This record gives sequence, C-alpha cells and structure tokens, in this order.
Amino acid sequence: MDASSNQSSPVVIRITNLTRTYRIGSEKVQALRGISLEVHKNEYVAVMGHSGSGKSTLMNLLGCLDQADAGMYHLNGINTTRMNASGLAHVRNQQIGFVFQSFELLPRISALKNVELPLIYSKTPFWSRRKLAAQALERVGLGDRMHHKPNQLSGGEKQRVAVARALVGQPSILLADEPTGNLDSATSEGIMQLFERLYAEGQTIIMVTHEADVAAHARRIVRMRDGQIYSDLPAEQDPDCLRFKSKASSAQTEAR
Amino acid sequence: MKKFLLIPFALLQLMGQSALLALGQIWVNKTRSVLTTLGIIIGVSSVSAVIAAMHGMNAKIMENFEIFGTKKIFLWPEQPASGPKKNVDWWQIRFRQEQFEDILEHCPSVEFISFISDTRNTLSRYTDRTVESVRVRGVQASWFKIENRSIVMGRPFSLLDETQGRKVCIISANLRDKLNMDRECVGETIVLGYTNFLVIGLLEDKPAMMFGNMGETQYEVYIPFRTATKGADSWFSVTASCKSAAVAEEAKAELQFFLRRTRHIQPGEPDTFRVFLMENEVQQFKKVMGMITLVAFGIVSISLLVGGIGIMNIMLVSVSERTREIGLRKAVGARPAAILTQFLVEAVVLCLFGGVIGIAIGHLFAWMISRTAPLMQSTQIPAWAVMLSFGFAVAVGVIFGMFPAIKAARLNPIDALRHE
Ligand SMILES: Nc1ncnc2c1ncn2[C@@H]1O[C@H](COP(=O)(O)OP(=O)(O)OP(=O)(O)O)[C@@H](O)[C@H]1O
Ligand SMILES: [Mg+2]
Repeated sequence: MDASSNQSSPVVIRITNLTRTYRIGSEKVQALRGISLEVHKNEYVAVMGHSGSGKSTLMNLLGCLDQADAGMYHLNGINTTRMNASGLAHVRNQQIGFVFQSFELLPRISALKNVELPLIYSKTPFWSRRKLAAQALERVGLGDRMHHKPNQLSGGEKQRVAVARALVGQPSILLADEPTGNLDSATSEGIMQLFERLYAEGQTIIMVTHEADVAAHARRIVRMRDGQIYSDLPAEQDPDCLRFKSKASSAQTEAR
Repeated sequence: MKKFLLIPFALLQLMGQSALLALGQIWVNKTRSVLTTLGIIIGVSSVSAVIAAMHGMNAKIMENFEIFGTKKIFLWPEQPASGPKKNVDWWQIRFRQEQFEDILEHCPSVEFISFISDTRNTLSRYTDRTVESVRVRGVQASWFKIENRSIVMGRPFSLLDETQGRKVCIISANLRDKLNMDRECVGETIVLGYTNFLVIGLLEDKPAMMFGNMGETQYEVYIPFRTATKGADSWFSVTASCKSAAVAEEAKAELQFFLRRTRHIQPGEPDTFRVFLMENEVQQFKKVMGMITLVAFGIVSISLLVGGIGIMNIMLVSVSERTREIGLRKAVGARPAAILTQFLVEAVVLCLFGGVIGIAIGHLFAWMISRTAPLMQSTQIPAWAVMLSFGFAVAVGVIFGMFPAIKAARLNPIDALRHE
C-alpha cells in the first residue's frame, strides 16, 4: 500500500532498502532495517513513530547529514549513496533545507546573518545575500525582527528564523525533525500554519512529529516501528489523525 | 566560463568572511587572544629588535670599514712562529728598499704601494705657536692614494721631492689651524724638531672613526720617505692597496710570492714578514655577524615554536567550543574545505594580530636601543625584517592551525550537532 502511487508529479526522493547500524564499542543498534520510500514533488509527509523507532536516523539520511550502510538514495534522480563529504555538503546546500528541533541558530549573530549562512557556502555573491535573506525572513513573517539576536527572540520566532534559513537557498525539500518539539501548542500551531502556506506555495515537506495534531496537517502519514515503515497512508485514511483532521476542518467551517 | 571565474572569487569571499569572523572572535576573547599570542608577540618583537640592532651596528661598522678602506694591505716584518729563524733579531729581518724593487710589475693585483717611516711625536712650531706632539710620517706619494686622502690645497710629493729628500711637508688642516697659520698656508715654513720644512700641501682632516684615535685629535704631518730616513737603511713598514676588494687574496699571494723571492726565503721555510688584508677583517666581521644572526634566528624560532603551540592549543579549544557551530555550518552546506579555510584563516589572523603587536613592541625596543650608544644610533627595523616577521607569523598560523582546522573539517555534521 503506497500513498504516493497515485501521484504523477516528479519523484524528489527515492530510497531503497536503506539500512543504518550504529556501533558503540562491540554493541550494534540497527536503527534502520531496510527502508524504502518515494516522495514526489509538493508532497507533505509526516513521519511518526515511537521514540527510538529510527525517525531521526531516517531524516538525517534524507538530509544527507549521514550516510547509510546499505541501500540507495536518489535525490532528484541523483545518486547520493557514494558521494564524499564535499559532494554531500554541496547537495545539502543546494537541495535541502533542514529544520531542527532545537533551532540551532548561531547565538552571536543577528537573525538576518543566521539566515544568510547557507548563502555564504553557495556561490551567491555577498551583495545579493542580504536581500535574499531578508526576503526569506519576510516570507516567515519576521520582517520586523531581522536585526534581533537569537536570545532576543521567542521560541516560535527562533523556529521561524530556522525555517527562513532552511528556505533561503530554495531547496527542493524541507526536512523538519520535530520542528514543534520545543514549542507550546499555540506556537506549534503557528509554525504549522507557516508549513501549510509553504506547502500551498509548492514546497515539498517531510517532518517528524510525535503529536497527532501536528501530523494532521500533513497530507501523508508514514509510521515507523523498529527501524521499519509499517504504515504509509494519506492523512484522511490514517485513523489517528482523522480525528484531528475532522476537528480542524469543522473548526474551519465554523469559522466561516 | 562564468562559473570558472566564480570559483576563485568564492574562495576569496570565503577567506575575507573568515577573516572578519576571526577578528570578531578575537574581539570577543580579547584577553585570551593576547595571552595566546604572547609567544608570537615575544618572538616577533625580539627578532625585530635583534635584527634592528644588528642591522644598525653592521651599517655603522661597515661604514667605518669603508672610511678606513677595505682594499688596504699592511706589510711588516715578523718573526716566524717556527723554524730556525724563530727567535731571530728584529733588525735582521727588517724590510729593505731593494726587496720592493719593481714590485708593482710582478704583482698585477696590487694597485699602489708606499713605504712608511714613523718618527716619534715631534714638536712643531710656526712663528711663536708650538704644538707639542705631532705625528710626522715619511711616506711616498702613493700613500695618499692608498689612504684615499685628498690634498685640498697645494700639491703632492713630486719625484724630485722624493729622490732628493727635500725638506717639504704636507700638513693636516687641523694642524694649520692649531698653529694659527693663514688659511693659504702653502709656501709657509714650519719647524719640525729642529729643521725647517716648506709646506707644499694641505690635507683634509681624517673623517671621524669609532676606533683608533679614541676621540683625541691627531695632528698630522707627512714628509717624503727619503727625507725621513735620510737615505739610510732604517726600519720601515709598507702599505699597499689592491685593485679591488675581490682580488685581495690574489694580491696577498702575489706579494707573498714576490717577497719570499726577494728576501731569499727557501721553499718550506716560513715567512719572515706578514701580509695583512683589511678585506680579511671585513670578512671576519661579516662571518661573526652571520653567526650572531643565526643564533638569534635559532632563539627566535624556538620562541615562535612555543608561540605556535599556544596557537594550536587555543585553536583546539576553539574547535571543541564551537563544535555545534561547525555542525550547523556543515548542515547548511559548508564543505570540509570551507571549514578548514575558516579555522586556518582564524589561526593566521590570530598570529598576524600577535605579529602586529610584536612589530610595534619591536619598534619600541629598537628606539630604546638606538638611545643607548652611538654605535647603535642607526638601529631601526628594516622593511625586510617586518615582512619576514609577518611571513613567519603567517607560516606559524598555517602550520600550527592546520591540525585543529583539519580536526574541524573532518567532523561529521551529525556528531557535531549532537555535541553538548
Ligand atoms: N549516534 C548514535 N549512536 C548510537 N546509537 C544511536 C545514535 N543515534 C541513534 N541511535 C539509536 O538508534 C535508534 C534510533 O534512534 P533515532 O534517534 O533515529 O530515534 P527516533 O525515532 O528519532 O527517536 P525520538 O523520537 O526519541 O527522537 C535508537 O535506538 C537510538 O538509541
Ligand atoms: Mg528523533
């Protein structure tokens, strides 16, 4: 059962039989046990599962932050499996926007400078960086917080800066590992609204979450257990999310 | 084509950015940066001060050598250190004029040669003025050329003056003034000892030198060699000059060969005279200077090594402090080479920072040294030493920054981001 089979837009991510084993001394932890997945352009996927099921491991592989032991990973048709550190860095810079649970902003520089960071490592000349960064910040609704340092921003604002940083290089996928994990539910909702808008603008999004109400924003739910995918359904068919989905849509109709 | 041009541009941009970042880092950790670069500061300031002092002293001494004349050769009789003539009587090994006959034809590297006969300090008198101790020397006309002393008024000794032993003299300007003579003193008569001498020429005073006359003014009078010896067989020494400093050794060999023949020294027997080259002294001095320079460089390189280890240490601290930052930079697409560049540039900037402070302190040292003694007057850091210091600073930055930078560049992005 594959939720994406009915889609006709181009494939952005194709992984086949990916495995990843962590070794600590003589001990081995099989975090991923042969995962296969396809994600098309402009999909909105939520990855769910219990703690330790391998979600972060999968996201790191998708984000080219880590490499699998076995299996294949094609990103926009390019095989990244055998790339060296430099090649992967280039792919991360050009194709991937990653949002972390703990924001990962550099503390001493302004929001604008933080957003500029990916452009420093691309071939963007310095005179156009500032403009692009400012545009990205405006896109996430922080046009008035550009010169704030991270410690002068709220959690939600920090995560918006992180999203702006992920978006500034116009990546083909936005990866978010528990983007709302450090935020309260109201702030989380704000971030989800932002994702919703980005999705509407054509952004491909994959996010990891524990919370069903967050996952309910996605269009497709992938569930993991013990390093394997055991369910991959459109959000409407996912039993857990359905409740929130209906609640949200009823709330929406009420609002109208 | 456009892409091709963009690559070096991107690298320059990255380096500029890293330099700014590094300056920011130094500014944030001011105290730490100064303490870290202390080794570099001490190294650079001491090397520049030492070079400045040596440079100044060298210039001063070489200048004196120039005044004294680097082409000069001195010859005098000397008892050999060994052999049958070891304790021979001085009078037996004295120079004789006939031993020097036609010497210039046989010694092509020798330019001029002059006999010198020194008399004791003599009393000189002009009308009612007397000067107690005047150094009267009997020399030949070529002596003035060897010594590079110009006759500013009157004429040098003529052939007749020399062959006939005329009672003529050439005096130095300071003696003229001391004797209260007319400025135009040529044609006047002065008394040397008990004899009247006609002044035929006036010499420029000797340029002041550090060594030799010890600041005391020397009144000089020169009379023809033959006049001094009165034609008798007396004790004298010889001064010569070679055609250039480069042929000094050849000139020495030629003179030795010639004199051994005319003095009938058998092959295998040691010389009974000495040929002394000024050029040898210059070489000796240069050698000593070179040795001192080498030792100074040795000391400096040790202090730079210590400084470099300090830099490496602080860079390792910096890398581990900023592991998360490195992870984040890598996550957003920094290649290992970019991270390497960032940390290398940071180490180099840190070293240059130390270098600048070091040069400033070095200038201060040089200024202080220049105040201590007249010999050190021209102590000053030469431009090449400044460049060299900066070169060393950069080299130390690159060499000792390399290991921490490689460590940073090799970090796995995920591990780095997970670092606490
Ligand atoms: N760096 C590592 N070294 C060793 N084992 C690891 C490492 N990272 C993850 N693991 C192990 O791999 C398994 C999967 O971890 P992963 O972080 O992918 O889980 P997760 O689904 O993201 O969990 P959570 O929801 O708590 O974030 C876990 O058993 C974990 O202990
Ligand atoms: Mg996780």
